[in-house]
Amino acid sequence: MLEIRNLTVKIADEDKQILNGLNLTVNDGEVAAIMGPNGSGKSTLSYVIAGKEDYEVLDGEILLNGENVLEMEADARAAAGIFLAFQYPLEIPGVATMTFLKAAMNAQRKARGEDELLTPDFIKQVNAAADKLGIAKDMLRRPLNVGFSGGEKKRMEILQMALLSPSMCILDETDSGLDIDALRIVAEGVNALRAKNRSFLVITHYQRLLDHIVPDTVHVMSKGRIVKTGGKELALELEKSGYAAYGEAA
Amino acid sequence: MAAVQETIDQVKSIDVTEYKYGFVTEVEVDKPAKGLTEDTVRYISARKNEPAWMLEWRLDAFRRWKTMTEPTWSRVQYPPIDYQDLYYYAAPKTGASPKSLDEVDPAILATYEKLGIPLREQEILAGVAPENRVAVDAVFDSVSVVTTFKEELKKAGVIFCSISEAIQEHPDLVRKYLASVVPVTDNYFATLNSAVFTDGSFVYVPKGVRCPMELSTYFRINEQNTGQFERTLIIADEGAYVSYLEGCTAPKRDENQLHAAVVELIALDDAEIKYSTVQNWFPGDAEGKGGIYNFVTKRGDCRGKRSKISWTQVETGSAITWKYPSCILRGDGSRGEFYSIAVSNGMQQVDSGTKMLHLGRNTTSKIIAKGIAAGKSDSTYRGMVSAHRKATGARNFTNCDSLLIGDQCGAHTIPYIEAKTATAIFEHEATTSKIGEDQLFYCQQRGLSEEEAVALIVNGFVKEVLQQLPMEFAVEAQKLITISLEGSVG
Repeated sequence: MLEIRNLTVKIADEDKQILNGLNLTVNDGEVAAIMGPNGSGKSTLSYVIAGKEDYEVLDGEILLNGENVLEMEADARAAAGIFLAFQYPLEIPGVATMTFLKAAMNAQRKARGEDELLTPDFIKQVNAAADKLGIAKDMLRRPLNVGFSGGEKKRMEILQMALLSPSMCILDETDSGLDIDALRIVAEGVNALRAKNRSFLVITHYQRLLDHIVPDTVHVMSKGRIVKTGGKELALELEKSGYAAYGEAA
Repeated sequence: MAAVQETIDQVKSIDVTEYKYGFVTEVEVDKPAKGLTEDTVRYISARKNEPAWMLEWRLDAFRRWKTMTEPTWSRVQYPPIDYQDLYYYAAPKTGASPKSLDEVDPAILATYEKLGIPLREQEILAGVAPENRVAVDAVFDSVSVVTTFKEELKKAGVIFCSISEAIQEHPDLVRKYLASVVPVTDNYFATLNSAVFTDGSFVYVPKGVRCPMELSTYFRINEQNTGQFERTLIIADEGAYVSYLEGCTAPKRDENQLHAAVVELIALDDAEIKYSTVQNWFPGDAEGKGGIYNFVTKRGDCRGKRSKISWTQVETGSAITWKYPSCILRGDGSRGEFYSIAVSNGMQQVDSGTKMLHLGRNTTSKIIAKGIAAGKSDSTYRGMVSAHRKATGARNFTNCDSLLIGDQCGAHTIPYIEAKTATAIFEHEATTSKIGEDQLFYCQQRGLSEEEAVALIVNGFVKEVLQQLPMEFAVEAQKLITISLEGSVG
């Protein structure tokens, strides 16, 4: 369960405040969507939860299963179960995808005091997960994300999500840059991971992703706080009327 | 920015404290007065009991050197070197030419033990498979203190000894090949070296012989204000093969120490020479104080048909590096290779690369250069690939990648390409990438610590070159690179 209370954040080294006392709760097993216009602070929220250092938290707390994650480094937060699927996944030149996956999985296991994965088990897990997402074997040998298409990068994010088995998944504009077929594959991948002990925070600008990943709750974000909460029908309403009613142009 | 800044700060502090080879050995030394005159040259030659021709050769070099000026075309900056304020010779008093290990100063043996270089053959033999044995020539300041496995190599017909000994014992070979690749007046530093070179290694592998073990020289600069001018000459006769590795360290000193070496390789028909370097001279401290000025001329001559010379270097040390191990591809069908990893950190400056000169027909060459710059360091790859008009069918492939860590370092690539025959095919690929804060955050978000992330990316970046090193040195080199860039722990 993720609980965010009165989260107030500014960009480090600047006076610009982005989040203004944001409150949000995502229960175990819940799929929550956050919608909002550009510049409302959606991506900032995802980065602050994941522990990016460009921001300064002025007030508030973020609790994951009752534990305040703001004191933790980004890698410790990952080991604790937070996963962020990036809007623009980074390229890691020279590091084969397989090598990266194994390093990441073992680093998290080590942080949790578990033994390293045996290579045959690791390969089995990766192959099974890659098959489900239609990721070709040769892609796993290539340097992570280097030269991947937009769709391939997003699928790779979901593959990592499946292998790292996080309890809190944040999807930042995962639909951006995807055609309808790629969107369907990615959404199916996410839906297959829905579970009682896993929560999702789906950040999106458009309703169309939510046709494929149907949320339990929809939050509207504006000017750095949650201004309205409703069921999945709220997304359809927004699609029609836009964000104007929430004090910002779409 | 905070994370990367922290990385830079910690890397800097490690430069100062973690250079683990920075200790000084207390030995009594024999050295002439500071400065460089004809008398200095005569002194060195006399100390080495050199024949008259060698002294004349040195004096000729010295006279020519006096008419030359230091080159300034490289992208490195340093205060003027006062050549009269240096010692040009320093020999441990007890060890001018020891007959056996028992005659070597125990302090020097202890030094090499501390450096992890075994000099006692029986110790090396214990538990080491024959094919993994390494014969070592240990050079301490100006003299070679010991060469191991000489007898065993002799059985195979291989000559492996110090250059001083070779001048005495094998003058014909030395006179035939010395300066046949790097002419005396090749460049300022090579000419200086010719006048005052003190020691180094000599290798001759006879026709058809595959050298039965790896050969290695370990250079150690110990004395203060002393230049090290070593001279290495390696000849692989027809059909011979030899793999040679050099390692270098020096104590931490506040003053800069000068190292101006010349290395010449000659490969005759169907011969192959593989020359590997792991260079870890003291790089200076975080403010750029101290460290070695490394001005080195290394050149291989593929003199014979189908001969092959391969340079592999891992460079993490020196305040200034100025070196371009090159290949002259004279023999038809000969091949030159250059694999390089240059790691710079702190205030280090590197201007390094290679030259592949295609003279013979159907000659091929390959250049893989990987530069990693961190801290406030500056790294330049300078490479030349040329084809003579008779070098029909010449081929070169160059791949030159730079990796930047942080935003205060610089990387530059300066390739010169000259083809005088229309049949030459030269390819040049270059990339520059940066380990940025966003990449580190991405890796951390997947559970890797910042240090693990840097190590993962750096290892991925250099592995193609590391694979070229003999196995046990590859492991050492990988550790060395990690240590040089350590400090990324958040």
